[in-house]
Amino acid sequence: MKVNEIVKVLEATVITEIDSDGLEIYSACGADLMSDVMAFVKDNVVLLTGLINPQVVRTAEMMDIKVIVFVRGKSPTQEIIDLAIEKGITILTTKYSMFISCGKLYGAGVTGRGVCC
Amino acid sequence: MTEGCLELNYDIPANDFLHAGEASSSVKKMLNQLGVDPDKVKKTAISMYEAEINAVIHADGGAAHIEIWKDKVVIKICDKGPGIPNVELAMQEGYTTAPDHVRDMGFGAGMGLPNMKRYADSLDIDTAVGKGTTVTITVFLK
Ligand SMILES: Nc1ncnc2c1ncn2[C@@H]1O[C@H](COP(=O)(O)OP(=O)(O)OP(=O)(O)O)[C@@H](O)[C@H]1O
Ligand SMILES: [Mg+2]
Repeated sequence: MKVNEIVKVLEATVITEIDSDGLEIYSACGADLMSDVMAFVKDNVVLLTGLINPQVVRTAEMMDIKVIVFVRGKSPTQEIIDLAIEKGITILTTKYSMFISCGKLYGAGVTGRGVCC
Repeated sequence: MTEGCLELNYDIPANDFLHAGEASSSVKKMLNQLGVDPDKVKKTAISMYEAEINAVIHADGGAAHIEIWKDKVVIKICDKGPGIPNVELAMQEGYTTAPDHVRDMGFGAGMGLPNMKRYADSLDIDTAVGKGTTVTITVFLK
């Protein structure tokens, strides 16, 4: 699924968008604890989280995750936005909860289990 | 500089959740510039980042020393924190002593050390209660 389709499915707001036209998302990871995210090594992942913290962007950076969705209508701070721009990471926000967001993405075809490295 | 190896050193500041992870970020950038295989870069970056965050949240910061060799990367993260009383217990998935304010920052799943074990090719933990901890992570590049 392309990033612009994720935006549609989650009725998301695009906070930062970095050249993601060629990016195909196969799998999603929803978590509020970053080490749980890092236990999940897959490629072409979108990260959904309710945690507003610059370490979300750092975690995405380490894991080569290019798209972060902040759920439940939470807005990232300017520090988070600046870091995401620096790291080339797209940030979206959605009013939907974690559960509903994951369900909507799954229903729309983001069902991949990815490839472990 | 030791012959045949590139050395990098970083301070890991205490209680700084904005800048925590910058050392790992710089090392990741360097490995990418050196043309290291992306999967190996990712393994190295995740392992180092977990160790760096542990130094920040459990030990009031510390220092990172990195050696990049032709065939391996060796990362040492040292701190002068409280040490780990029972390493075997600390290595278990889900074991954490992180307080609520750390969980609110997104850490304290008790998965950091297990993740290091999983992604590093070798992990060595040298720790003494009341003195500090040195974590050595090795990732082979060949
Ligand atoms: N550098 C350190 N100094 C002192 N204690 C440590 C250090 N690193 C780890 N520990 C101890 O080992 C426990 C387990 O560490 P681990 O990294 O696996 O989980 P965590 O840091 O608590 O949570 P997570 O890494 O999932 O965010 C910690 O809760 C802490 O008690
Ligand atoms: Mg940890």
